[in-house]
Amino acid sequence: MSDKIDLGKVYAPSEDIVVREIEGEVVIVPLVSGIGDMEDELFTLNETGRDIWNKIDGSRTVAAVVRELAEEYDAPAGLLEELLVRKMVVEKE
Amino acid sequence: MTGTAYVKKIRSGEARLWPSRKPPLTRLDIELTERCNNDCIHCSVNRPAGDREARDREWGAESWKKLLDEAAALGCLVVRLTGGEPLLRDDFEEIYIHARRLGLRVMIFTNAALMTPDLARLLKDMPPLEAVEVSVYGMKEHTYEAVTRTPGSFDAFRRGLGFLREHGVPFIVKGAVLPATRGEMDEFEAWAGGLPGAAGLPSYALLFDLRSRRDGRKNALISSLRTDADEFVRVSRRHGEEAVGEWRDFCARSGGGRGGRLFSCLPSGGSAAVDPYGRLQYCLSLRHPATVYDLAAGSLREAVTEFLPAVRDLRSAGRAYLERCGRCFLKGLCEQCPAKSWAEHGTLDTPVEYFCGIAHAQAVAAGLLEPGEKAWTVTDGAVRTKRRR
Repeated sequence: MSDKIDLGKVYAPSEDIVVREIEGEVVIVPLVSGIGDMEDELFTLNETGRDIWNKIDGSRTVAAVVRELAEEYDAPAGLLEELLVRKMVVEKE
Repeated sequence: MTGTAYVKKIRSGEARLWPSRKPPLTRLDIELTERCNNDCIHCSVNRPAGDREARDREWGAESWKKLLDEAAALGCLVVRLTGGEPLLRDDFEEIYIHARRLGLRVMIFTNAALMTPDLARLLKDMPPLEAVEVSVYGMKEHTYEAVTRTPGSFDAFRRGLGFLREHGVPFIVKGAVLPATRGEMDEFEAWAGGLPGAAGLPSYALLFDLRSRRDGRKNALISSLRTDADEFVRVSRRHGEEAVGEWRDFCARSGGGRGGRLFSCLPSGGSAAVDPYGRLQYCLSLRHPATVYDLAAGSLREAVTEFLPAVRDLRSAGRAYLERCGRCFLKGLCEQCPAKSWAEHGTLDTPVEYFCGIAHAQAVAAGLLEPGEKAWTVTDGAVRTKRRR
């Protein structure tokens, strides 16, 4: 799978992570090896990231996500690219 | 990769996820079994591996999984699976996988002897996100088995550790200073330093806890094996004066006596422990009946939001505690706590002479006390700790 995002594709959270919401924080916990840079890392999203993450649900193309958020945020594609490189989202089959 | 910080990495030990509101439970310690494949002379939790009475009373996998569900719903991030020897349980993998699928990090405390290639592979493929902690009881077969009193245990431990290494599972080793192993500390440290991922010196168990289930005969044996105060200071200084400096800093940071307040550990709360039979405790060692909550008759939420805060607020009215521990400026350095008083004396607040002696020896070494001086009679403790920092 390419680490480059394709605006026409649909992405969904990977099954190799567990996403938890704890006291308002989104926490992404790797479930298998090779998700984080190291084995002992968790990840959290900032407020902007959380809004973008909630739209990466396997139903929208990246272009649609970008369009929906364009009025509020400058560059949501940046997060998606970061999540893709970390293998936290995968292309929807 | 973009430079935008939409995603923040949190390493183990950095629990600063919640700047304003913390979940009611962040860590859960689970004693899966009291049973162990070894019979270590100093251990405070080890019933025989085949003890049917203990095994029949242990919670089954479904009960543990339900508890883990509740823990995750309360915001728990870390669960420690310990024992006894947790790998003795046939359902260990089932419980482990369930915890990981809930997004929990898992600490595993083990002697590694029951590690298998299959389990090591699982820990590689679905990592616990915490280094496996392996207790090591000696560098040679005769020293190791003088501690474990179990023939074949040295080979089993080495084999198990080999499986972890083979599969690249991160682990750390911990030693114990006992009559059989005192002469092996240099060898142990050299060996530990050559292991993959080694960082700094390994830790040691030096101040052995008595059995919190208050088994008189075993406790007499554990007492006889304990490091005395002078040796504790000597061992702590083996690699220089860093430890002594830390004792001074710790005294300065922890302040003076606490009056009747009993609990000084875990100041922000958020953790709890459960024994093999579903009884929730403040920590794994505190089994005083007044501080134990039966989860079968309640819920984890109630236990951590109502029961444990009430335990944490308990205060002592005991004269000896108030006149000694309550006034002592070494309280932060001393190991005495309700769990230790319970194991030693069957109360929550009786001063524990062994730990008192250790703390006083540390304070003398740190220049905070004169030999023979009693810390609870000192009125200028805060001045001394500041002066010596």
